[in-house]
Amino acid sequence: MDILAYFASLNPMNLASALPGNIAQGVIWGIMALGVYITFRLLDFADLTVDGSFATGGAVTVVLVLAGVPAPAALLAAVLAGMLAGLVTGLLHTLLGIPGILAGILTQISLWSVNLLILDGANKAVNVGKYALVVSLRNVGSSIVVALCIAAVLVVLLYWYFGTEQGSAIRATGCNPHMSKAQGINIDGMKVIALCVSNGLVALSGGLMSQYQGFADIKMGQGAIVIGLAAVIIGDVLGDALLSRHMNFLIRLVFVILGGVVYYLTVGLVVWLKMPTDLLKLLTAVIVAIFLAVPYLSAKAKNSFAAAGKRGVRKDA
Amino acid sequence: MLDLVRVEKTFNPGTINQKQALGGISLHLEEGEFVTVIGGNGAGKSTMLNAIAGVWPIDSGVISIGGVNVTGLPEHRRAAFIGRVFQDPMMGTAPSMEIEENLALAYRRGRRRGLRWGVTKPERARYHEALASLGLGLEDRMTTKVGLLSGGQRQALTLLMAALQKPKLLLLDEHTAALDPATASKVLELSDRIVAENKLTTMMITHNMSDAIRHGTRLIMMNGGRIVLDISGKEKTRLTKADLLQKFAEAAGVQEETDRMLLS
Repeated sequence: MDILAYFASLNPMNLASALPGNIAQGVIWGIMALGVYITFRLLDFADLTVDGSFATGGAVTVVLVLAGVPAPAALLAAVLAGMLAGLVTGLLHTLLGIPGILAGILTQISLWSVNLLILDGANKAVNVGKYALVVSLRNVGSSIVVALCIAAVLVVLLYWYFGTEQGSAIRATGCNPHMSKAQGINIDGMKVIALCVSNGLVALSGGLMSQYQGFADIKMGQGAIVIGLAAVIIGDVLGDALLSRHMNFLIRLVFVILGGVVYYLTVGLVVWLKMPTDLLKLLTAVIVAIFLAVPYLSAKAKNSFAAAGKRGVRKDA
Repeated sequence: MLDLVRVEKTFNPGTINQKQALGGISLHLEEGEFVTVIGGNGAGKSTMLNAIAGVWPIDSGVISIGGVNVTGLPEHRRAAFIGRVFQDPMMGTAPSMEIEENLALAYRRGRRRGLRWGVTKPERARYHEALASLGLGLEDRMTTKVGLLSGGQRQALTLLMAALQKPKLLLLDEHTAALDPATASKVLELSDRIVAENKLTTMMITHNMSDAIRHGTRLIMMNGGRIVLDISGKEKTRLTKADLLQKFAEAAGVQEETDRMLLS
C-alpha cells in the first residue's frame, strides 16, 4: 500500500521542528507584505517593482556586511536602495506617463542587471559565524523575536504615518484622485512617496531574508509580489473572519504580518507533505486566486440573476 | 475676484474631432457675486469651469483669481483658491475614508501637508458644529465611511468641504443634476445658505432655467464657446423663463429650434 507507506513516512516531529523557522520567515515576508499593502490597498497601484527591490535589499545588505559594515547599517542602506527603486518606478509613471504596471515591470527588469552588478555574480554567501547578523537560521528563536520587534515597530510607524496629513493625502490619492486634486493634493507627488516607502519596506525585508538564509541570490525576489499579495489577502480574510467589524487600520497592519506567517506555515505544510517544491509557486498563485475570488463570488452568490430567476414572484405578495 | 481675459481652448486640434470649446471668453466677477451659468449641451459651461479650475492648460488667454495670475498653475496648486462641487456625487469625496477625514483633507486645502496628525481634536469640534448645521444628522456619524452616505448627503458634505477653508471662488458644476427633485432643492437651498454665510464668489452651472433665475445675483448664458448673454442686478430679478428663452433664441440665431428643445 503506497498511500499507507506515504503517511507512515510523514513524521509529525518534522512538521513541529520546521515550525519556528517557518514563523521567522513568515514574519520577514510579512514585513515585505506591509510594502505591498501600501501600494496594492492604499494607493490602488499594482507595483511589480517589488520582485526586483526585494533582491536589491538582499544584495545590498550582503555586500555591505561582507565589506565590514555593521548589519543594522547595511539594512538601512538596503532601505534607501529600495526607496530609490520605488522612486524610479514613481517617476516612470508620473513624469513619463508610463502605466503603473508597466513602470513596475521596467524597474523590476532593470533591477535584475543592477542586482547582478551589486552582487558581482548571481549570489553571495554571508557567514553568520564571521559576521554579527541581525537574524539567522542558525538561531531561529532570537530571529523570531528580532523580526517580530522590527515588524511591531514598522506597524506602529506606518499606523502613525498614514494618520498624518501626508499619509491621509496618500490614502485620498488612492481612493479618489479626482477629489484629491480638487482638495489641492499633488497626487503625482503622493504616488512617488508611497512607492518609495513601499519599496523601502520590501528591500528591508529582502535584507533580513538574506541574513536569515545566509546568502543573497539574484532570484530571491522572484514571485515576491505574489507572496506579498497572498499575505495581504490572507490577512484581510482572516481579520474579517475573526474580528469582522472591529478591524481598524492598526489591526489590519498586524493581520498583514500574520498573513505572511500563515502563508509560510502553509508552505511548511506543503514541504512536510512531501509535495514537490517545484509546485510551490503554482500553489501560491492558486491560493491567491482563490482568496481574491472568494469575496467576489460570495457577493455574487447572494445577488445572482440565476437565483432571482428561480425565486420568481413572492408567495405572500 | 475672477478675471478671464480672452480665454481660448480647442480640443483635439488638427484632427477631424477638432472642436473649439472656448472661443475667447472674457469675464470679470466682483467679490461676492453669485453667477448662474446656463446654456445647451456643448455650449462650453463645464469647459469654462474646468479651465478656471485648471483641469488642463488653456490655449491662450489669462485667468486670474483674486488678482493672482493662475494661468500657469496646475489643478492642485489652484485648489488653494477654489472650492468645487461636481455633478457626480461620487466625485467630490473619498468613499473609503471617514466623514471627518474627508473634512480634514478639505480643511488643509492650499496648505502644506506635513507629518502633523491628520485630524486634531479642536478640528473635530469644529466639524461637528459644521455638520450639525446641515441638519442631516451627520454630526453623529463622523467616523462613518463616506461611501455609506446617499448622493444627497455626499453633495451636502462636498459643499461643506468646499467652503470649510473659505475659497476665493466656489465652482458648482451642475451639482444637483444627479439628485432627485426634493433632494436637489434641499442641496440648492444649502448652497444658497453657505454662499451667503461665507460671502463666497460663486459660479453655478445649471440646466434648470428657473433655478438659474431664482438663485444668484447674475446670470450668464453660453453658446458655442462664447458668453451670449450677461444679466445682473434689477434686470435679473425681473427676468422670466419666457424672457430667457427668447433672449436665447436671439443670441443663438440659427440653432434656435434645437436649443430651445434642449433647454425647455
